[in-house]
Amino acid sequence: MALIADHLTLEVDRVPHLDGLSFTLERGRLHTLIGRTLAGKTTLLRAIAGLERIDRGSLDLDGESFLARPVWERDVAMVYEQFINYPHLSVLDNVAFPLRRRGLSADAARERARTVLERVSLVGFEKRRPSQLSGGQQQRVALARALARGADVLLLDEPLANLDYKLREQMREELRGLFSDQGGSIVLYTTTEPAEAMVLGDVVLVMHEGRMLQMGPPDEVFDRPATTTVAGIVNDPPMNIVDAAIEDGLIRLGGGRSLPLPMHMRGLPPGNYRFGLRANELKLGSTDDAVGTVTFSEVSGSETFIHVDTGFGPLVIQIEGVHRFALDAAVPVAIDQERLFAFDPNDRLVAAP
Amino acid sequence: MSRLYPVLKYGAILGWSAFVVAPFLWALTTSFKTINGVTSGPRYLPWLQYEPSLQGWTSLFGGTGGIDIVQPYMDSIVVTLGASAISIVLGTLAAYGLSRFKYQLGFVKNSDIVFFFVSQRIMPPVVLAIPFFLMLQFLGLLDSALGLIIVYVALLLPIAVWVMVDFFNNVPRQLDEMAMLDGCTPLRGFVLVVLPNSLPGIIVAALFCVIFGWNDFFFAFTLTFTQTQLLPVAIVALNSSVTPWWTLSASALISVTPLVIIAVLVERFLSRGHLAGAIR
Repeated sequence: MALIADHLTLEVDRVPHLDGLSFTLERGRLHTLIGRTLAGKTTLLRAIAGLERIDRGSLDLDGESFLARPVWERDVAMVYEQFINYPHLSVLDNVAFPLRRRGLSADAARERARTVLERVSLVGFEKRRPSQLSGGQQQRVALARALARGADVLLLDEPLANLDYKLREQMREELRGLFSDQGGSIVLYTTTEPAEAMVLGDVVLVMHEGRMLQMGPPDEVFDRPATTTVAGIVNDPPMNIVDAAIEDGLIRLGGGRSLPLPMHMRGLPPGNYRFGLRANELKLGSTDDAVGTVTFSEVSGSETFIHVDTGFGPLVIQIEGVHRFALDAAVPVAIDQERLFAFDPNDRLVAAP
Repeated sequence: MSRLYPVLKYGAILGWSAFVVAPFLWALTTSFKTINGVTSGPRYLPWLQYEPSLQGWTSLFGGTGGIDIVQPYMDSIVVTLGASAISIVLGTLAAYGLSRFKYQLGFVKNSDIVFFFVSQRIMPPVVLAIPFFLMLQFLGLLDSALGLIIVYVALLLPIAVWVMVDFFNNVPRQLDEMAMLDGCTPLRGFVLVVLPNSLPGIIVAALFCVIFGWNDFFFAFTLTFTQTQLLPVAIVALNSSVTPWWTLSASALISVTPLVIIAVLVERFLSRGHLAGAIR
């Protein structure tokens, strides 16, 4: 069973919110959709659900046009970012609601609802109203309701975004377990966090400004980002991109610095390129290395992010531990050329470590 | 000055409350007076200043100088409840449509349609007196409960629409969407999901409809004569050269009682807290 989209386009006042999206989602696989805010992820999910109308393109499930059917005839379950439950129903009836709509008897629906509530660890809460639950619990009710009927398509729109950090980590673990049992459904999960996409997904889709930039297994997207934009999206902090050139067998950075050409770039013709390096693969070096001036330094958790200006452009360095750096201090920056990515002037990947 | 403020504040509240409650107290004491007691000067304390008597109350059922209050009471109930029920049903459905769907006819949009409804209440009722009279006469429905119900629906429907459109605009659309995703057609979603969460709004709308319907004098007076008499008209008819004050007070009190009871019962539904828990 597959959901195939072909050139899906949605325009608002002539501005494309979905710009010719084409992709295939397969049954039994967890697809994560990653993109920055306003990339069009929510719009895409709503379009698949039928809550937004498509201007051009097609969307077929197993060969049958999805677009011809109204929302209530598509077998789609959705979990919103702002979790929503029916306030006038108990937790149990909330989860049983879609099952009743499908014709199950009250008892059968409640039985199934009980089973699902067990899977999301909400046993004992059946009689409560959603308003009496905490945020995490309410989201779990919404999740249970979406899982209960084993819908053809299961859409989750940043379901953990409104939960606090610790709860998010805990639920991420639980979700992985939950989804592995969802054999029948096509699952599409949206997030802005690379970590979440990489950890949860069998297939990662990268979306930006309404377009699909790359689609593939997490390793592939992470190790071989198709463009600099993808590299910026799937890394947190975004990958550092520096404009430089390959000349005489060396990488010539600005400001008079050069680096030897690494193995994986030996085949590249001389010319202008854009080089990428992850923040956590930059290090503070020794006195031989290029010098950067600190413009900003930020401690986050147990890591420190240092923003420096160098002779060849601004860089963000991520180092372990909590360190203090004064503004305008000079720090040596060590670049390991073996870890460099190379992109052509059109931002396409040409070499990766 | 700040010491004075609570005194002023509570003084004003007490003063205004006294002003509002005084007529009721007057009616209460008067309804328990005898014929002589009414005209013998200002006496307000029962058993101390005058002998209480049930004459005012018994006269409501056909005693001396009284009226038969039972028939007008029943007529008022039938007409008010009938018109309110129809207005609520039609008004709620219309309001849901106006809240959720987009209508456009030329330059007329949703907000224009809502204004059209609401503006019916801006018109002075007297403007409608003759048109309604002629219409009911043509239909042969003058002086009948059915005729009054039809007219009252025209008057109460705008109230229902007005209250419910505003209310539905505050019910999150995501509830409608979730119902559709779970397999409800828009109508089923309305009945199963939106309506149960709209109880506060419906109760407010019903309250307004019932109050306006029950208290209306003008149209009841213009459009009925002998066969159907509503309560306000029956009470006013007591006014004559020899006004039976005790009967008047008793009937005034008894006509207000149902509304007071309803308002007290309904008060706890008038909070918006019922929607908490739908969306965080």
